[in-house]
Amino acid sequence: MKPAVSFQHVSRHFGSVRAVDDVSLDIGEGEFFALLGPSGSGKTTCLRLIAGFEQPTSGHIEIAGETAEGVPPYKRNVNTVFQDYALFPHMTVLDNVAYGLMVRGISRPERHAEAEIALSLVALPGYGARRPSQLSGGQRQRVALARALVNKPRVLLLDEPLGALDLKLREQMQVELKTLQRNLGITFVFVTHDQGEALSMADRVAIFNNGKIVQAGTPEDVYERPMVKFVADFVGSSNVLPPEFSERLGGPRKWTSLRPERISVGQGTGASVLARVNSVHYQGSVTRIVADTGGQRIAANVPAGGLRVTEGENISLHWPLTAMHAMDDG
Amino acid sequence: MLAQSFFSIDEFSGFIVYEWTLKTYRELLSLANLDVIFRSLLMAIAVTLACAAISVPIGYYAARYAKGKWKALFYLLVMLPLWSSYLVKVYSWKLLLAQEGIIGWLAAKLHLTWLLNAVLSIPVIGGPSLSISYIGTFLVFVYVWLPYMILPTQAALERVPVNLLEASADLGAAPNQTFWKVIFPLALPGLIAGSIFTFSLTLGDYIIPQIIGNSSVFLGYAVYLQQGTAGNIPLAAAFTVVPIVIMLIYLTVAKRMGAFDAL
Repeated sequence: MKPAVSFQHVSRHFGSVRAVDDVSLDIGEGEFFALLGPSGSGKTTCLRLIAGFEQPTSGHIEIAGETAEGVPPYKRNVNTVFQDYALFPHMTVLDNVAYGLMVRGISRPERHAEAEIALSLVALPGYGARRPSQLSGGQRQRVALARALVNKPRVLLLDEPLGALDLKLREQMQVELKTLQRNLGITFVFVTHDQGEALSMADRVAIFNNGKIVQAGTPEDVYERPMVKFVADFVGSSNVLPPEFSERLGGPRKWTSLRPERISVGQGTGASVLARVNSVHYQGSVTRIVADTGGQRIAANVPAGGLRVTEGENISLHWPLTAMHAMDDG
Repeated sequence: MLAQSFFSIDEFSGFIVYEWTLKTYRELLSLANLDVIFRSLLMAIAVTLACAAISVPIGYYAARYAKGKWKALFYLLVMLPLWSSYLVKVYSWKLLLAQEGIIGWLAAKLHLTWLLNAVLSIPVIGGPSLSISYIGTFLVFVYVWLPYMILPTQAALERVPVNLLEASADLGAAPNQTFWKVIFPLALPGLIAGSIFTFSLTLGDYIIPQIIGNSSVFLGYAVYLQQGTAGNIPLAAAFTVVPIVIMLIYLTVAKRMGAFDAL
């Protein structure tokens, strides 16, 4: 089966800035794919390349097996949910949703009926007569989603769609988006800088840094088996141990990633070190302990309600040898 | 002034009769005077539409593509005519539009005299030369009031967020659809704000039709004639009430369409 979106050695330069630098990527049909990275890492430019707002400086893009270069945005069967929603302020919610159908010449009753269905899909039935300015942020976000989905796109692009929502609403929308994607079977390409969001929603994640994809894989892959230091650090902050330190504790002589939640305090088997507690951060379900052992800082997450540790105390940390994951230097 | 319009003039003595009457308004609605009102109204509408048609592409270019130095140049070019006297501009145009003027000379050089003559031979709006025809009056009105239309139009176009244009294209709208469905409705308040200037200034102007055109009487000049030459102050006052009433109606409609938010 042809991939829904395929990048082959795609670059996009703005003057001397390489916003996207030799990216190759295949996104499968029906996949929920996340582009994850810090701001300015090229993930949004990648999305704009798929939408057609940017043209690649070099390389080749295919959407559903067809060459995308030179095809203007309005001729692509791809729709976008914009970061700030970009709803038309001079139209009602219903006309906003029906816009894509209107420009294709579908009659008013027909497009309004379809728009009404799309609105109920995003749990906003009966909101059609309102203006976008009368809606809350979360409701606007849903309207933007309905406006894109009503066109039945091959690929739906989402540019940090949950960025402007508060935490509670964001978590709720994460679940709803995921369910919607499963039910509709549309390929979703989701841009975010929130690693938790990417891990919880996506089937696969591509992690961007400086215009390049540093690692792509399932959420489990990138979390458990980071290939480079950047991924270990960016995806769920990890302890990045230098080669000498790792070797001394029985690990490989390589840069090594060690997840804080794999470390326990007290006696145990596997690797163990003595460390002095620098700080203790209570975070609700876990307590994060940052300790220092011979100049190397190690962060450990221990479940709440367990032991009590105070700053300045000497403790023993240990973890299974398999928790140490060797990486490349990059 | 409003009170004056309800007095009348004694036809024999020429004195004003200070009695409340609608006689003056009856006179205003005579065929000859209605002619003046309709002529002025049509001219104001034509000038406004022409200014709008010219302002949208210029304003769009300035709002979307002009940056830094070019933007400064745009403002300079739009504002520059406002720095010179209105009379100087109008008299210059008389020279430009005259039979022996630059436009006639240019047409001859380009072997387009036939085109100029064809335009001038159009009944009613044509005439012996551009400077003594309705076309000439119209051209000068458009030139003189154009900056007042370009500036609010450009400001309104600049306020249309780029991401709305991207969203429109993303949803499958071709560029001309995006223009008519998104850009134009959002810039409309600016156009209407500009049209308040072009419309009212054309409606009340009494100099341009005297200098350029076929000497037919427009509202402003009618007021001037009635109160100056004819000494019929009540009728002059009644004539003044006409553009005020028209503008009140126009402003009410404009307000409904959100023009004042765009100023």
